[in-house]
Amino acid sequence: MKPLRKRRLTFVLAIILGLGAAIGLGLFAMKQNINLFYSPMEIVAGDAPVGVLIRLGGLVSKGSVQRDADSLQVKFQLTDNAETVWVSYDGILPDLFREGQGIVTMGKLQENGVFVASEVLAKHDETYMSPEVADAIKKAEAEAKARKSTQE
Amino acid sequence: MIPEIGNLALTFALALAVVQFVAPLAGIASHRWRLVLVAKPAAILQFIFVSVAFVCLAWSFYVNDFSVSYVASHSNRFLPTEYRIAATWGGHEGSLLLWVFILSSWTFAVAMLSKSLPALTRARVLAVLGGVAIGFISFILFTSNPFDRLLPVFPIEGSDLNPLLQDPGLVFHPPLLYMGYVGFSVAFAFSLAALLEGRIDTLWARWVRPWTQAAWMFLTLGIAAGSWWAYYELGWGGWWFWDPVENASFMPWLVSTALLHSLAATEKRGVFKAWTTLLAIAAFSFSLLGTFLVRSGVLTSVHAFANDPVRGTYILIFLGVVVGASLTLFAVRASTVSVTSWFGWLSREVLFLINNLILAVATLMILIGTLQPIIAELFDLGKVSVGPPYFNLIFNSLMAPLIFLIGLGPMVNWRQFSLSELVKRCKNAFIVSVVAGLTVVYAEFSRSSLDLFQIFLGIFLAVWVCVLNLADWLKRAKRKKGIQPGKVSASHYGMYSAHIGLAIVVVGVVLSSHLSVEKNVRMGIGNVQVVEGYEFKFEALDDFVASNHDGLRGRFAVSKNGEPVTFLYPEKRQYHASGQWMTEAGIDSSFTRDLYIALGEKLPHSEDWAVRVYVKPFVSWLWMGGLLMGLGGVLAMTDKRYRNKAKQKDAAVKENQDTAIAEAAS
Repeated sequence: MKPLRKRRLTFVLAIILGLGAAIGLGLFAMKQNINLFYSPMEIVAGDAPVGVLIRLGGLVSKGSVQRDADSLQVKFQLTDNAETVWVSYDGILPDLFREGQGIVTMGKLQENGVFVASEVLAKHDETYMSPEVADAIKKAEAEAKARKSTQE
Repeated sequence: MIPEIGNLALTFALALAVVQFVAPLAGIASHRWRLVLVAKPAAILQFIFVSVAFVCLAWSFYVNDFSVSYVASHSNRFLPTEYRIAATWGGHEGSLLLWVFILSSWTFAVAMLSKSLPALTRARVLAVLGGVAIGFISFILFTSNPFDRLLPVFPIEGSDLNPLLQDPGLVFHPPLLYMGYVGFSVAFAFSLAALLEGRIDTLWARWVRPWTQAAWMFLTLGIAAGSWWAYYELGWGGWWFWDPVENASFMPWLVSTALLHSLAATEKRGVFKAWTTLLAIAAFSFSLLGTFLVRSGVLTSVHAFANDPVRGTYILIFLGVVVGASLTLFAVRASTVSVTSWFGWLSREVLFLINNLILAVATLMILIGTLQPIIAELFDLGKVSVGPPYFNLIFNSLMAPLIFLIGLGPMVNWRQFSLSELVKRCKNAFIVSVVAGLTVVYAEFSRSSLDLFQIFLGIFLAVWVCVLNLADWLKRAKRKKGIQPGKVSASHYGMYSAHIGLAIVVVGVVLSSHLSVEKNVRMGIGNVQVVEGYEFKFEALDDFVASNHDGLRGRFAVSKNGEPVTFLYPEKRQYHASGQWMTEAGIDSSFTRDLYIALGEKLPHSEDWAVRVYVKPFVSWLWMGGLLMGLGGVLAMTDKRYRNKAKQKDAAVKENQDTAIAEAAS
C-alpha cells in the first residue's frame, strides 16, 4: 500500500474505533437513565415496576394535599380521572403546584402502592399541560367509555 | 393602522426575499449580470421592511393596542415599559419576528461589509440568505402572524406576559441567543456559495471566520445569560438542566466551536476544506432544529408552551428542505475540493481533528438523548425521558480529554512536531496542574472518593489550560527587548481569553457541583439555620406592592462566627393579571461563594415557611468564564488581517469579475 493510503486507512480505523467506543458508552448510559412514564391507571393495574425510577403524571386530586405538621413532608393524590395514586414527597413544591393542576413527578413506586417522589415538576405556563398527562387522561376517558358501552 | 403597516411591510419583505433569492442565481446561470447586481439592493430593502414590521409590533406593544391578538395575550397596561417592549418577543409569533429581524440584520451586514468579496460570491451568499428568509417570513405570514387582529370585539385589557418572563433576562437572553443561532446562517450561506462555486481556499476561510466568531460569541453569551437567568429566576438554584431546549441551543454551540477550529486549520493550512463546509451546514441546521424543537412543542420542556401542531409541521418541512438541499449539494460538489497539504501524526492539524471528532460525537450523543423521547414515541416504546445522569456521564467523559487537548493545542506546531519537544514544553505545566489539583483535594479531603476524583480532574484541567495558554502568550510576546504584549495578534488574545474562560467555567462547574450545600427547611420568623458555617436568621416578612404585582418580602440576616455578612431579601410575588405566584430568590454573590435563599410556600396551619437555604461555592465563575469566552470571540473578530486587502492574486480575480459585471450590466 502507498504510504498516503496506509495513513488514511489508519486514520479512518482510529476514528471508527473512537466512535464505536463513544456510542457504546452512550448506549450503556442511556440504558441506565431512561425513565418511563406511567399513568395512575397503569400503576393501579400493576404495570409499573417497583423500586425503579419512573415518572408518574396526572392531576392533583382536589382536597387530597396533606401536610406534615413539623417537616416538609407532603402527601397528595394524582389522578387521571379513572384511578388515583398516593404520592409522598419531602421537599418544596413548585409555585404552580395546585389542586386540579396537571403535574409530573419523578420517583419510585413502593410495595404498598405509594409513589415516593424525588422531584415534582410543574410547568412554567398555567395553561400548559404536559402532553403525557393530557394523553393519560384521554386514555382513561376512552377506557371508561368503552367499559360503559360494554355494560349497556 | 400601525399593525396593518407592519403586516404590509412583512409582505413586501417576503417579495424582496424572493427577488434576493431568485435574481442572483438566475442571473449567474444565464449570464445576465444586471440580475446579479439586484442581490445587494434587494437585501438592503428587505432589511428595511423587516425592521419596519418589527418596529410596528413593538409600537403596538408600547401603545397597548389590544385589538392585536398577540399583544392582547402577551401584555397589559400595568406591565412596566421595558417589559412591554421586550414582550414583543415574549411569545411564539413575536420571537419568530425577532428571528427574521435578526436574519435580515445579518444579511444587511453581509451586504454592506462584503466589499472585498468577488461580486459573484457575494451574490450567491445573499441569495442563500434570501432563501432562508423566504422560509421564515412565509412561516410567520401563513401560520403565526403577530399582526392578526381581534376584530370587531377586542379586550380593553390584555392578559399578561408570563410572570416568569418579566425579568431583565427577557431583554437580553433571547436577542443574544438568536443573534448566535441566526448568525450561523452567514457561514452556512458562505459554504453553499463556495460549494456552488467549487472554490474553497484560505481566502474563503478568512472571509467566513469573523462571521462565525461573531455568531459564536453571541451564542456563548446567550447561553450564559440563559443559564444565569434560570439560576436566579427559577428559584431552585440550578443553572443547567439538560432540558431539550437548552440542548437545542447547546448543540449548535458545540458544532460551531468545532467549526471555529476547523476554519482555523483551513485558513492556516488549507486542510479539512470539505469537513469545514459540512460543519458550517451542520451548525445552521442545528440552529433550525433548535427552532423546531422549541417552537413545535414536540418535547416536554420548561420552555414548552401550548402550541399549534401546524407550525411544527411547517418548520419540520422547512428543516428537511434546507438540510436535504444543502447536503445534496455537499454530496455532489464536495469531491471537487482537493486537499494537497501534508501533515504528520503529531501536529496541530491532528489535534484539531481530534477536537472536531470529540465535539461531533458529543453533539451526536446529546442529539440522541434529546430526541430519544420522540423516537420511543414513534416506535411505540412507551413514553420515556432521558435524565441528566445520561448527559452528565457522556458529556463529562468526552469533555475531559478535549480540555486536556486545549492545553496541548497551542504547544504543538502545524505540520509536524516531535513528541520529546512537546514533553519538554509541557512538563512543568503538568507538575503545576497536578499540585494544584492535589491541593484542592487535600483541602476537601472529607468528601467521597468520586467527588475527590472529579474535583481533582477539574482543577487539574483548568490549571493545565491556563498555564499552557499563558506559556504560549509568553513565547509569542517575548522579544529581545523584553516582553511586548502588543506584538501578539488579536486572534491570539481571543484564543487565550476563550480558553481561559472555559477553564474558569470548569472550575465553577466542578466546585459548585461538588461543594454546594443545599438545605430545604421549615422556618418561622426568628428561626436560625446554619449552613456551611453561615447563620441565616429569618428576621421579618413584609408586604410590598409594585405596579403589576404585590407580594411578600422576607428579610434574612446572614452572619458568620457572629460577624454580620449581609442581608438577603427573597420575595414571593403574586401577579395581578394572572394571579400567578412567582419566587424571586435572594442572592448574595461573591467571588468565592453565593448565598442563596428562596421562599417556597407558606405551610398550612402554621406561620412557618418552606425555605431553600443554599451555599454555593464558586458558582459565579460559571458566568465570569462565559463572559471571558464571549470576550474571546470579540477579540478574535477584531484581528487586523480580516480587514487587510485580499492578496494580490485574489484581488486581481475579484477586479476582473467586478469590471466584467459592471461593463456587462451598463
